[in-house]
Amino acid sequence: MASPGAAREGKSPLDAVSFADVRYSWPGPSPFTLTINDFKLRNGEKLLLLGPSGSGKSTFLSLLAGIVVPDRGRIDVSGEDMATLGGAARDRFRVDHFGIIFQMFNLLPYGSLIDNVLLPIRFSKLRRDNALRGGALEDVAKRLLLALGLDETVIATSKAASLSVGQQQRVAAARALIGAPQIIVADEPTSALDRNTEGAFLKLLFEQSNEVDASVIMVSHDEGLAAHFDRVVRLQDIAQSQRGGRS
Amino acid sequence: MMIARLAFQSLLNRWVTALLTVLAIAMSVMLLLGVEKVRTGARESFADTISGTDLIVGARSGSLNLLLYSVFRIGNATNNVTWKSYQDIAKMPEVSWIVPLSLGDSHHGFRVLGTNQDYFTHYKFRHGQTMKFAAGGPFKDLFDAVIGSDVAEQLGYKVGDKIIVAHGVGSISFIEHEDKPFRVSGILAKTGTPIDRTVHVSLEAIEAIHIDWQNGAPVPGQSISADQVRKMDLTPRAITAALVGLKSRLATFKVQRRINNYEEEPLSAIMPGVALQELWGLIGTAETALSVVSAMVVATALLGMVTMILTTLNERRREMAILRSVGATPATVLGLLAVEGGLLTLAGVVIGTAGLYAGLYLAQPYIDHTYGLSLPIDPPRPDEWLKLGAIIVAGFLAGLLPALRAYRLSLADGMMVRI
Ligand SMILES: Nc1ncnc2c1ncn2[C@@H]1O[C@H](COP(=O)(O)OP(=O)(O)OP(=O)(O)O)[C@@H](O)[C@H]1O
Ligand SMILES: [Mg+2]
Repeated sequence: MASPGAAREGKSPLDAVSFADVRYSWPGPSPFTLTINDFKLRNGEKLLLLGPSGSGKSTFLSLLAGIVVPDRGRIDVSGEDMATLGGAARDRFRVDHFGIIFQMFNLLPYGSLIDNVLLPIRFSKLRRDNALRGGALEDVAKRLLLALGLDETVIATSKAASLSVGQQQRVAAARALIGAPQIIVADEPTSALDRNTEGAFLKLLFEQSNEVDASVIMVSHDEGLAAHFDRVVRLQDIAQSQRGGRS
Repeated sequence: MMIARLAFQSLLNRWVTALLTVLAIAMSVMLLLGVEKVRTGARESFADTISGTDLIVGARSGSLNLLLYSVFRIGNATNNVTWKSYQDIAKMPEVSWIVPLSLGDSHHGFRVLGTNQDYFTHYKFRHGQTMKFAAGGPFKDLFDAVIGSDVAEQLGYKVGDKIIVAHGVGSISFIEHEDKPFRVSGILAKTGTPIDRTVHVSLEAIEAIHIDWQNGAPVPGQSISADQVRKMDLTPRAITAALVGLKSRLATFKVQRRINNYEEEPLSAIMPGVALQELWGLIGTAETALSVVSAMVVATALLGMVTMILTTLNERRREMAILRSVGATPATVLGLLAVEGGLLTLAGVVIGTAGLYAGLYLAQPYIDHTYGLSLPIDPPRPDEWLKLGAIIVAGFLAGLLPALRAYRLSLADGMMVRI
């Protein structure tokens, strides 16, 4: 298994993620096919991936996080080819290396905020060990939530289901960040937020990811967000999408 | 550990449906075990209706018919047995005791049985118990009657009360023997057998109330008063059946054959145990049907559980996607749901079993008293344990069905859950 501890010491390649000649089709009668010849995400980079709805942004992130496996080509994460990993190993690899934030519905509604934040810790020894360096797990989770602007009483008393969407996304960010994964993957995490909340959320997210040296790749169809990021990429510039019969 | 807790919380989150599912399973388990208990209880009560009697003798008829009217007071004899035949059988060297039974009259729907004192000592039930008197004693006077506990309870009789016997056995009798009332001399303790629903009088009394009757109707203008009848010869002309005890059981077949071949009158002798078996065989079909129905109820409950898990699956796809995004393997997702099915079933089985025993414990005295059915409160027998185990396994397997679907969804959903 890859060791991000080693990565921190500078032995890792410069790229957090690299795609080479990747091609993927969703199964089905009229599949959507995405082809990415070359793409790189650098360590510590904050990247915004733009593209219209239905262009394949989420598909791209699924490939990146190893949720789906490419039909062809190679995806390296921290220098490791994910295709060589078996199913369960890939699941473990994912939680070790990625913090994932969805567009919405990120939380288990019946769990407490702390429970929700600590979820990755339960599946990843690596992130657990990383988190434990900051003290007791509950304290680490709480500190993250506070840093992301959640109220102390809300943290102590609320169930996830009772939070506003903005609050939920902050909890999701805390979950993505805990245990210092190298890559934060966010699929339109702010699309349900208003402009002000959105700005505040991104600011806090970047602060915390700088804290742990994580790269951030976020997809959106909103070009207005570009100012917050190091680099902006359009999906149509790095990938070709195709619908219908396989070729 | 936390995952198990979250799974549990997820279930709590859906507690209404989960509870209803558990209750449905619990009820079905109660039904399944309850049917089993009633079955064994009924079978035992049934077999316990008569014991210690080696042969029942009546006019020639099928053995079931003879058993039904002589022991269960159901149906009627096709013919009588003459007093001479009765005495001939009594005189057989193998016969240890013989008790005559004379049926045909009734009191408010309860059968009236003419017999003698020996009946109270020789008729045995429930592993050889004999009848006991709850009040009073056996008949001493010609017009004394001993009533079963149900008769006393339902009609509110005490010792010393006067009762009038009606001719025929319908619950609405047409003609009553009102000129010759009886006095309740004793009330029997509850036996859980047809005895409870019987009015016992002496054989002579049966003769006495019919002395001025012919062909089932009073002879007009020829009424004989109760006082006159005491002075008359009341030796019965015929009886309906007789219970026979032998000195040695080994002689049973020999005596049976001799009675069946009795030349002066066509008679039948039956062994009560054999006839009971035959009767149970008939009822057994209904019994099997009952078991099948209760098994089907269990299957329905499990099906309900699968439906419940499947319908919640859509809203839980998010839950699955979240768990997968934090590193849960599809196998974890599969396990979670299968365990959920298993746990719901386990809870249902435990609650159902506990409920049944609690119910049995509470209701048993009542059921015994009201229906004469003593339900055994013993721990589940091996085959019942097996059934319970099979239900739990079936629950796990049933939980696997939605789990497999969730597994496929969690693989196909990718990054975004599309709802
Ligand atoms: N789980 C799936 N199974 C089959 N096909 C899928 C699946 N997910 C996506 N697709 C196909 O891939 C195409 C691209 O979808 P994707 O979700 O990647 O787009 P997107 O750019 O993220 O859109 P949006 O901005 O609306 O989120 C869709 O049109 C759909 O046909
Ligand atoms: Mg998308």
